[in-house]
Amino acid sequence: MTGGLGAVVASPRAWVAIVVIGAITYGIRLSFIHLFGQIDGVPTRLQRPLRYVPPAVLAALVLPSLVTLRPSVAATLFDERLIAGAVAGVVAWRTENVFATIATGMATLWLFRFVVFA
Amino acid sequence: MRGPVLDEDLLAGVRDVSPLMLGIVPFALVAGIAAVDAGLGLAEAIGMSVIVFAGASQLAALELLGENAPLAVVVGTAAVINLRMLMYSASIAPHFADYGRRLRAGLAYLLTDQAYALSVAEFDENPERSQWRYYLGAAASLWIVWQVGTVAGVVLGAGVPDAWGLTFAVPLVFLALLVPAMKDRPTTVAGVAGGAVAVIAAGVPYELGLLVGALCGIATGVVTEEVLPS
Repeated sequence: MTGGLGAVVASPRAWVAIVVIGAITYGIRLSFIHLFGQIDGVPTRLQRPLRYVPPAVLAALVLPSLVTLRPSVAATLFDERLIAGAVAGVVAWRTENVFATIATGMATLWLFRFVVFA
Repeated sequence: MRGPVLDEDLLAGVRDVSPLMLGIVPFALVAGIAAVDAGLGLAEAIGMSVIVFAGASQLAALELLGENAPLAVVVGTAAVINLRMLMYSASIAPHFADYGRRLRAGLAYLLTDQAYALSVAEFDENPERSQWRYYLGAAASLWIVWQVGTVAGVVLGAGVPDAWGLTFAVPLVFLALLVPAMKDRPTTVAGVAGGAVAVIAAGVPYELGLLVGALCGIATGVVTEEVLPS
């Protein structure tokens, strides 16, 4: 499908995506909650890769939002998002507190954006 | 008057989830703003938040829809992002095993990173609680805030100055979940590998870098577990 048909085409396309993603996501959520009792827990062959899904997916979501590779190392490192992310990461590690992580991350971002790098 | 559902266990779930709303509110606002940016209307934005109800996948899908990516890429990316909930489903399933089919189907719809993480920690600590009520208190609160926040993002989104960097709250929410997920050597290696590959592949079209990074991270974790004693 090419562009140019504009919003008339965009709307059903969005609804198809929403419904299909919703159905797949619900299937994922329901999977073992539904199956438990019918099967004996999670198949061993699936257990091992499943263990690494949360850290791998979460890291692949988070890191590109904090780091952008630039021509020089300095330009890559002196980035308010990376600094704020590093501070928030330490807070997350030391406190395991979601509220504190987000609050210090946002505060650090604003400090560097509006004061230090301004 | 207290109904049979609105009891102490349910309220404990509501209370425990409330600090997390600091991250969820901006996240939901961003989901609403992103829907407008992708050319969606209020009905589609609400439809997505109700039907999909999974923020990270919603944001990725919206960005791809805005870029006119093929539907298979939109759906595939969202599915991979949400695959982590297979793990949550498996982990929380034993706690729900005694409940009826309908209740379990409803509880599954509300499964999120935050509801899962909170509930499993609480079930370990206070096993005498009504587990579905505690979970429902946390998960339904998240659902309500998510829907209200999405609508607010669509309606008011344009008024929030870009300089505030509200979108930055989204990676921070996931960072707060990522750090405890890297609990031993193989999971840490999986996270580092997945994140590094995703950064390097950030320029690849259609956000395939996320997908490739996630798959590399999983594979690296499995290999690390085989090679290294943890």
